[in-house]
Amino acid sequence: MTAIALNATIFLVVIELIRRNRLKERYSLVWLGASVTMIVFSLRSVLHSVAKTVGIHYPPSFLFLMAILFLTILLLHFSTVISSLTEQNKNLAQEIGMLRNRLKTLENKILQES
Amino acid sequence: MSILVVVPALNEEDNITGVINDLTANFPHGDILVINDGSNDGTSEITKKLGINIIDLPYNLGIGGAMQTGFLYAHKMGYGAAIQFDGDGQHKADQIAGLLESYNANGSDLVVGSRFLSEEGFSSSKLRVAGGKILSSIVSWTIKKRITDPTSGFRIYGKKAIEFFSLVYPEDYPEVESLVLAHKKGLEIQEVPSRMGPRINGKSSISLLKGAYYMIKVSLAISVDSIKKIH
Repeated sequence: MTAIALNATIFLVVIELIRRNRLKERYSLVWLGASVTMIVFSLRSVLHSVAKTVGIHYPPSFLFLMAILFLTILLLHFSTVISSLTEQNKNLAQEIGMLRNRLKTLENKILQES
Repeated sequence: MSILVVVPALNEEDNITGVINDLTANFPHGDILVINDGSNDGTSEITKKLGINIIDLPYNLGIGGAMQTGFLYAHKMGYGAAIQFDGDGQHKADQIAGLLESYNANGSDLVVGSRFLSEEGFSSSKLRVAGGKILSSIVSWTIKKRITDPTSGFRIYGKKAIEFFSLVYPEDYPEVESLVLAHKKGLEIQEVPSRMGPRINGKSSISLLKGAYYMIKVSLAISVDSIKKIH
């Protein structure tokens, strides 16, 4: 089915990106986990029984629900990564500010002594 | 040959003096560089008071990022070789000679000091020993060379290894993954027996579940690394 093909493609693309060092392993886990889980749930037998258990009348709706759930998890994960990067960025900016200051002090010292 | 001894340290104010004294006494030919990986204790201050070269990282990068900083420094400053020497006191400076001997004799690019090559009884729980054996067989099979202590950070790196790792150094399981990447790059890897100190903080709290989880994650990392594109 389309869903299996799509998720298989995502899985392979992610693996290839890791292979080319364009995607770090730690950020690939959610993608890999999601695509594998989606493939499992896309199997007709699994989908129908799970959808019935959860109480969803039209099985494909369950797939959409899962996809939306994964995207939400992914985006939330990204928000935490962005937060951490922002913090690190701030630290680097402050370090640069202090380094410039020390550099200026050193330059002035050398100028004065010459 | 100029040698840089890289000492990555995270909150090691209790151990760093001993480590530096050990190095200055038993391996004076090396230039020591402490990499302060975002410690919030007196590690940096103590190191500076002892007059030892130190890089204070703006924030914690982990052992991977910290060691890579050492490689960058070694590369930029033109060192002939770099030695990884942990800041917690487990590595012993008098064992460096053993690494150097193999490095000079065999034209290797990377020499690993193994705790398990000589049959010196290494006290450890049965679980850790079993896990260690499994991990070492996985690594040995992957790089087609027998490595008995893949998690050992006690190593000497040659110029080619220094340049390679200054560009690309794994973050998740650096010691193990770097062996796989080094093999892919075509670097010569050698292993020699080394004596190391016991664990500083007594018994390690790794249960069967945690151990298994670690093994799975490392194995995954190794398999991913073995298909990576290496320049």
